[in-house]
Parts: sequence; structure tokens; C-alpha cells
Amino acid sequence: MLQAPEMTPEVVEQEKLYREMGLTDEEYQLIQQIMKRKPNFTETGIFSVMWSEHCSYKTSKPLLKKFPTEASHVVQGPGEGAGVIDIGEGKAVVFKIESHNHPSAVEPYQGAATGVGGIIRDVFSMGARPIALLNSLRFGNLSSNRVKYLFEEVVNGIAGYGNCVGVPTVGGEVQFDNCYDGNPLVNAMCVGLIDQKDIQKGIAAGVGNTVIYAGAATGRDGIHGATFASEDLSEESESKRSSVQVGDPFMEKLLIEACLEVIHSDALVGIQDMGAAGLTSSASEMASKAGTGMEMNLDLIPQREQDMTPYEMMLSESQERMLLVVKKGQEQEIIDVFTKYGLEAVAVGHVTEDKQFRLLHKGEVAADIPVDSLAEDAPIFHKSSKKPAYITGFEQMDTYIPEVQDHGETLKTLLQQPTIASKEWVYDQYDSMVQTNTVLAPGSDAAVLRVRGMDKAIAMTTDCNSRYIYLEPETGGKIAVAEAARNIVCAGGKPMALTDGLNFGNPDKPENFWQMEKSVDGMSEASLKLNTPVISGNVSLYNETNGQAIFPTPVVGMVGLIESLEHITPSFFQQEGDAVYVIGDAEQEFAGSELQNVLETNYFGKAPKIDLDVETLRQRQLLEAIQTGLVESAHDIAEGGLAVALAESLFDQTLGCEVTLDGDLTTALFSETQSRFLVSVKQENKQAFERVVEDATYLGDVTNNAKLQVISKGKLAISESVENLKALWKGAIPCMLKSKG
Amino acid sequence: MRFAVIVFPGSNCDRDMYHAAKDALGEEAELVWYQSDENLADYDAILLPGGFSYGDYLRSGAIASTSSIVTEIKQQAALGKPILGVCNGFQVLLESGLLPGAMLRNKRLKFMCHFEELVVQNNETIFTTSYQKHERISLPIAHGEGNYYCDPATQQQLEANGQIVFTYGENPNGSVADIAGIINEQGNVLGMMPHPERAVEELLGSADGLKLFQSILHNWRESHVTSA
Repeated sequence: MLQAPEMTPEVVEQEKLYREMGLTDEEYQLIQQIMKRKPNFTETGIFSVMWSEHCSYKTSKPLLKKFPTEASHVVQGPGEGAGVIDIGEGKAVVFKIESHNHPSAVEPYQGAATGVGGIIRDVFSMGARPIALLNSLRFGNLSSNRVKYLFEEVVNGIAGYGNCVGVPTVGGEVQFDNCYDGNPLVNAMCVGLIDQKDIQKGIAAGVGNTVIYAGAATGRDGIHGATFASEDLSEESESKRSSVQVGDPFMEKLLIEACLEVIHSDALVGIQDMGAAGLTSSASEMASKAGTGMEMNLDLIPQREQDMTPYEMMLSESQERMLLVVKKGQEQEIIDVFTKYGLEAVAVGHVTEDKQFRLLHKGEVAADIPVDSLAEDAPIFHKSSKKPAYITGFEQMDTYIPEVQDHGETLKTLLQQPTIASKEWVYDQYDSMVQTNTVLAPGSDAAVLRVRGMDKAIAMTTDCNSRYIYLEPETGGKIAVAEAARNIVCAGGKPMALTDGLNFGNPDKPENFWQMEKSVDGMSEASLKLNTPVISGNVSLYNETNGQAIFPTPVVGMVGLIESLEHITPSFFQQEGDAVYVIGDAEQEFAGSELQNVLETNYFGKAPKIDLDVETLRQRQLLEAIQTGLVESAHDIAEGGLAVALAESLFDQTLGCEVTLDGDLTTALFSETQSRFLVSVKQENKQAFERVVEDATYLGDVTNNAKLQVISKGKLAISESVENLKALWKGAIPCMLKSKG
Repeated sequence: MRFAVIVFPGSNCDRDMYHAAKDALGEEAELVWYQSDENLADYDAILLPGGFSYGDYLRSGAIASTSSIVTEIKQQAALGKPILGVCNGFQVLLESGLLPGAMLRNKRLKFMCHFEELVVQNNETIFTTSYQKHERISLPIAHGEGNYYCDPATQQQLEANGQIVFTYGENPNGSVADIAGIINEQGNVLGMMPHPERAVEELLGSADGLKLFQSILHNWRESHVTSA
């Protein structure tokens, strides 16, 4: 194993121990050049985690540079713990998404729980109070017992951590596809609120200032977690269960309160959480960003276990730990705050001038590394890319046109697909209301939280239809961003910025890298067009099991600003008599659709088209209509098409609707053509609404008969009891979980 | 009127309780850290908020119930001061013996969070006079261990004395006799699992909880006028 501190630098080289740590021969040579000597065992370990994909983005950096990151409302773009946007009146919103896929695949409860804990720390380390959590989850086929176990335990872990720590889980999404069977995705997003004057940075400035370690003691858990996250999952991954950390939300809650108290002290210079690569990354990054060095005495690090080696301490990913830099002489006032909350806070080192990262242990120098080499000199790879053959095949196919006999039955089938079915079983386990700001709770297109003391609210969502990205990464990437923005607009908000959670397979395969490139291109173009820059994010590669990659899944977490509480718009129909409109016409676009999945148990063909000019125009017009008070409800049309959107709009109350659809009924009902919305409007506002929203088509009215009725070519094509539809939709996931696979 | 909101390590509905008393009701309120040397005698009512005091480790509310501030709360309770424990606060009241019974895990063994319909069974307590008897109200629940249990003798006593203040319209967690909230015999200590402090503004889905705080205020004023 890797726990042999007596290993000499020579042994590390001769026995190629660095390989076990995830370094290549070339990287090891580069380290020797930087150090101008052979690195010792601890130093090699430190390089290996800092140069892992998870910490260094060595593969994805060239792609991430393509993202637009600036706009007038961006206060802090990528580079700090989380991104920050201005919402006016001196306030700002802080947010970021992060993946915890690999840990969740082997130990779902703790994997998911610590994912939540980690992203919360990213937000409060900026000085912001965490006010909301969302999560974007992907699982395989729910008929398998293993998938059921992963699904139940991931949800359990999110609930266990989020509920205890007192941050409401207000939204997100869960989708199911076979490609995630062995490799679920768990992406957690946290949103925080801050007075702009309180924004903190993770810097170790001021030579001579003191480095303070605060929070939980360091144990042997999570060693090499960052490296583990940077390789494929396989049968052997099970043996890396020890790479998974264990979370303590109670400790985190105390840490939040203590840190939010500490930021008001003028003694604080910088603060950062210990996330991936723990003490190593937080300390070296803080020094590197400030242009300083750091010396720490590892004997002073609070330790949970006996006889820990420098290697173990530096690579541990024990949770709920923070690193602070404090003005010399003012340490006690900071320590006192942590003591009040029963937390340990210890001075462990100081900021130096020499730009070295120096660690002392039992009177000896355990590591002495040029600090910039860890953060900035990580090699950057420009991977080769190649268009996958399957995509060329899809491009040559004729348009896929499904055959549907009974439209009512098809609707019922769609409503019971786990990706479409109600996620109440999931979100009922989350405290979505604590902190008492939640206006629109889970189940809405976007979650909405009011901002206390302002007439404003913020809308937030996560989105990514990976099926389209699998078919056509560039188009799918555009759709992911556009769909997130659509959800924000439906709630009455102006899309402001996004955080990206990029989940892909092994980038060493040129086909995978091509998918990454193209989807990032698509996302970049859409972000630029919609003026929603990318302000933070995370990359998770090597999402493969036994050589089989997941669908490329670049999750978009988006935040929007609702200018007045009056603009908050539900996604459900509100009252009998309101007029029902669809914005945008449907075309025969079924590739990647839920209907294709139902009929063919597969996805093929070309993804639905998206015209970003049309998208922008419709979003702008719908938002204008909402802001002028013309809209009662708005819902985006996504998986399952208009039919599913109509049904979902009826699931809040006991209303019904009667709509007339022109043209081919299957297309009108189930096509997944993009840039479309379902809207309800008071009768007296019809004309005004039509003047504002050019592409709106009147379909019919909301009724009080609790029936979903669709008329096509003069005949009643669908007439279903809403109660019945709702029962199927609500019961689907609980039913699947009960049945034994 | 002055409200003390007790904050234990791990309380997380403390600010919500504070806002309910301060902003929605419009009275004075303070967050009181469990180790603070403030005198609870200086407050007119004591609110124990929800959350996960001490992470719910050992048993929900068990560790908090042994803290010295709970000894003080017991003294104030004996003097007849209004004391409200919500969710984890209710669990602390049970663990400290101020109210009878105990909590089990929800019958489905899952945490649950949503609005529930409650029935006001007793509107003659200082916490409920602003409600009608048998009024149906909507309050959120958010708990994993809200399955109230007591032995049949205690249940009989609670029923006979009108100590069952709130029941669930549809029992979500398996509680004995659909119990959602109970009061002590003296009528000044109320424990309930649903969160009235989360339902004080229509914007957030319901303002039905506000009447509970208004009742406390109203009755405090009445008793103050009488005693003055």
C-alpha cells in the first residue's frame, strides 16, 4: 500500500510508486525538473493530488477557457470557492455546483452527503450564508436492485446532510437512463446570499500572518479521493471505499455559524475550505493566489488517529475543515469564536515570503515545494479528439417518426417514465422550507426564494438533457443552457449566470474528448447569447464503468433574478376560464425524446434543432408579459412534449383543460421541439398577451371538470381524468422501488 | 412582549422563529445562545426552535435536554411562563420531562417535509385562543422522528384533560391518536411537531401559524392588564 513514509526518494523513483498515486512517468520527470531533485514520498503524493484532473483541470482547462465569464452583473467569476453575482442594493448571490460521482458509486449515502457538505463549504467560505441546495442526479435503470439501492441511498444521504445542516433543498432534477447503471451522477449545487462588502477570498496574504486550522480533526478518510475521482470506475473501485469521506452535518452547521461570525472580524485575511486534496490544496492555493509561501508544522494539526504520517495528513479528505489566515497577534479573537461553537481552532503555521510550501514534522522538513508549481505548473494536456462513428451514423438516418395509435394511453405511459414521473418521493425527504424563504418549492420549473428585506426573489434550477448531447453534443449543449434559462423565465426571473457541472467519460478516448469539446462549444455559444456567463463550476471525468462511458452530461445550474415579488409565476394552471397558449410550433422532432425511449428503448437520430435567436426572443417576450402582469402560469415544454406539460400543469389543483391541436396529433402532443412554453392567461388579457408574445397560439381554456381533453380534427382525441393521470404520475417511482428486480 | 428564542448547537429553525416573533408578530425577540448568561426571567415567553440540536446524536433532543439552560427553562415553566417547543424543541421538552411521551421514527422511516392539515382540538389554551375549535389549518411538517408515542394511561389522561391541542387530519407519521401537539397540565408548555413559524406569511404558502403567536401575545396582554 501507499503508507510507507520510510520510502526514500530513490525508492519512489525506482519502484515507480508515483504511478500508484496516479502520476505518469512524464509528470514525475517534470516534478524532478521543478524540484531540481528527486521528490520524497510525501512530496510526490502532494504533487499527485494537486495535478490530478480533479484539482488541476489539466485536461479540461483548454475547454473551460472557451466559456464566457464576464458580464456587468458578475462580481466574481471562476477562480474562487464560488462565483458571485450582483442582485442590487449591495447584495449578491454566490453559487456553485460540484460533482461527487465516484464516491457515490461505491458508498452512496456518504458520497452524496459529503458532496452536499463540500459545496456548502465552498459557499460559506466566500462569507455567504448558504440559503439553498439543489441537486442534479442521474441513475441507471430503476428495475435493477443495485440502481434502486444507489437511488435510495443517495437521496437518503442528501436528506441526512442537508436537513441537519439547516439549508433547504429546494430543487434539482433526477433522470434515469441505462448509461448511468454503474456510474450514477450526483451533482450538488449551493446558493448563498451575502452583503457585497463581506465577500471573502481564499488568500494567504501578509508575510508573518498566522495560518489557523479550524473544524474537525484530520483522520485517514478520503486519502487520495481526488485521484480516485480522476480514474475510471471498475470492479476494483469497490476496494477504494476508503477513499470516500464520512460527513458530520452537525459539525458543518457549527462551522457555518462560526465562519459567518469570523468574517466580520478585521483580523481575518483569507479563508478557504479543505475540499478535494484537503489541506494540501487549500494551503497551497491560498499561498499561490497571494504570491506568498507557507510553512506549517504538522505536529500541530488536530489528528483523529495516532501516528499519522505527513503523507496521510496532507492527503486526507476528512470533512468539515477550514483553513484561515489571520493577522499576526489577533489569533485569539478568531480562536475564541470557534471555541464558542465547541470547535477546535489551532495556529499551525505562518505565511512566508519565499513562495515555498514547507511542511515540518517531528523536527524535520517533510516537504519543501515551490508553491506555484502545485497550482500553476500542472501540465496541460491537449487531448486528441475524433468524431464518434455513431454520430455520423445518426446524421445519415432519416427523420425518426414514431407510430402512435392511442394518444391517451401513450400519455399515461409517458407520465409513468421515471424521468417524467413525479419526484415527490425524492423531495418529500428534503427539508425544502427551513430558513423560511421558499416561495416556489420542488416540483416547480425553477425554485424561487424571496430575499428578506427586498422586494426581489431569486429563481434557480439545474438542467441537462443528456440524451440530446449524446446525439449531437453541440446542439445538446446549447439546449442545456437554453432550457435552464427557460425554467428561470417561467418562474418570472431574468436569467443571470450559470455554474457548470461537466460530467464526461474518459478523456483519453478521442471520441469522448470530442463530445466534451462540442458540448462546451454549444454551451458557450448559448451562454453568450443569453447573457448568462459561467461563473463557477466543476469537471468530473472518467465517468465510466468497465469501459462504458455515460452520456456526456454537462449539467447547468442557473440563477435568475425576479425583480419584484409580484412577478413570481407558478408552473400550474391557476383558475377555471383562463386561456391556454403554447408559444412556438412543434415539428417532427422525436430523436432523443421520451417517446423514442418508450417505443424503441434507445435513442438515435438527430437532436431537436435550436435557434438561439428564436430562443432569446421568446424568452424576452414571455418575461415581458410576466412582468406586465399578463401571465397566470408558465411551464416549459420538455421531456414528453406538450402532452406531458399540459398534464403537469393540472397536477396542483382539481382543474381541467380543453385544447384543440392542429396538424399531426402525435407531433403536436409528443414532439420535443425546443424553445416552447405552455402559458395560461386571464381572458381579459388575451389580446394584450398576444401583442407581446408573437409566437403564441391560443389552444383552449382551463376548465373545472378535472379532465384533460384534447380535440384534434374535430374529434375528442384524448379525454382523461386528471385524478387518474396524477395517480399514475405520482405513483410511478414509489411503485418501481417497491417491486423487486 | 419579549420572546427568547433558545439556540442550541445544531438548532436550525432559530432564525425562522425569531422572524415569526419579531417581523410577523411585531414583538421583541432575541436569539439566546444556550450558554449565554442572560436571565430567562427577563423574557415573557420562551421559544424552543426546531433543528438538530447536537446533530440528533444519541436521541433527538436528548443531549440538549441536559444543558443548564433547560434547568432554567423548567424554573420558568413552573412559574407559568408560556413555553413553546416546535419539532426539535418539542423533542427537547419530551426528553426533559416537561411533557409526557416520546418520539419514534416516522412509520415510513423517512424524513418528510410538506404542508399537513391539522385540526385545532383545544382552542382554550394560551396558544390557541385565536383559532376556532376544530378549525382546520395548514402547517408544514419537517421531521424524521415525529411519531409521537405514549402509553395508553398517558393517552387517556391527555384526552381527559384536553391536553391534545393539535391532531393531524391525515396521520403522516404514525403518532398515537393522530397527535401533532400537546400541552402540559398547567397549560403553559406546548410542544408540537408542525412548524407554525414557517406559516406566518401567505407568500410562503400559509399564514395559519401566525394565529398561534397572536394567541400568545393576546393572552399575555390580558394577563398583564389583569395583574396590573
